[in-house]
Amino acid sequence: MAMRVLNSESIPISTAEDIVRVRQAVRRSAVSLGFGIVDQTKIVTASSELARNALDYGGGGTVQVEVVQNETRSGVRLVFEDQGPGIPDIALALTDGYTSGNGMGLGLSGAKRLSHEFDIWSKPGSGTRVSILRWK
Amino acid sequence: MERIPILKMGEYLLVTIQVDMHDRLALTLQEDLTSQIVKSRARGVLIDISALEMVDSFIGRMLGAIASMARLLDAQTVVVGMQPSVAITLVELGMSLQGIRTALDVEKGMVALMSSIREAGEDGDASPEF
Repeated sequence: MAMRVLNSESIPISTAEDIVRVRQAVRRSAVSLGFGIVDQTKIVTASSELARNALDYGGGGTVQVEVVQNETRSGVRLVFEDQGPGIPDIALALTDGYTSGNGMGLGLSGAKRLSHEFDIWSKPGSGTRVSILRWK
Repeated sequence: MERIPILKMGEYLLVTIQVDMHDRLALTLQEDLTSQIVKSRARGVLIDISALEMVDSFIGRMLGAIASMARLLDAQTVVVGMQPSVAITLVELGMSLQGIRTALDVEKGMVALMSSIREAGEDGDASPEF
């Protein structure tokens, strides 16, 4: 099914304050689509986890915040990209409790659980791209 | 530097988080609270998060760290006012904030705080049985 991007905004992630800005932009998009409070909170929380991953492990990056629509429904899609060291073992990184930093390892797996669609692409040495989508 | 205010009321410290915290602000709060506990000889810490629209794993971890550090400094912590949508999201994220005492509002939180201070006191006063 064809997916149309109704609105798109790119936000840099290079400081801790940027994580707050990402959360706010995601909240605005979710509200603009009429997401209920629980759905808003889920996508905002997922965005916070992934933005922090991009900053802490990827050395910073960007997120594309998109309002998308196909024939039957609309949603918020977030595409995080960094040019960091990449993830050698994605399956391992998606395991609950796995962490390469000092977190609790809930970032990737938690963001996946809070989304309807989740895609990850990573190559050691080139960076990581994570895309999540939550439908209304 | 931006800081979250800590109010002292008798032997309690009260914190109301009203801003969308960035990570450094959360860490500053953690440091300020632990030094305030010692300085004011506080027995209880009440953290009101009713204005927080989101608690991610970082903030959740910070709340857990504050509760653990406070306990080591002989103070009890109660987190109050979590929004239902935040609770739902936290559990789905995989964080159940185990080890953190919670209450629905400030009033219930103060009651919980007083009773956990009493319990902690009783444990500490218990004489060993030989």
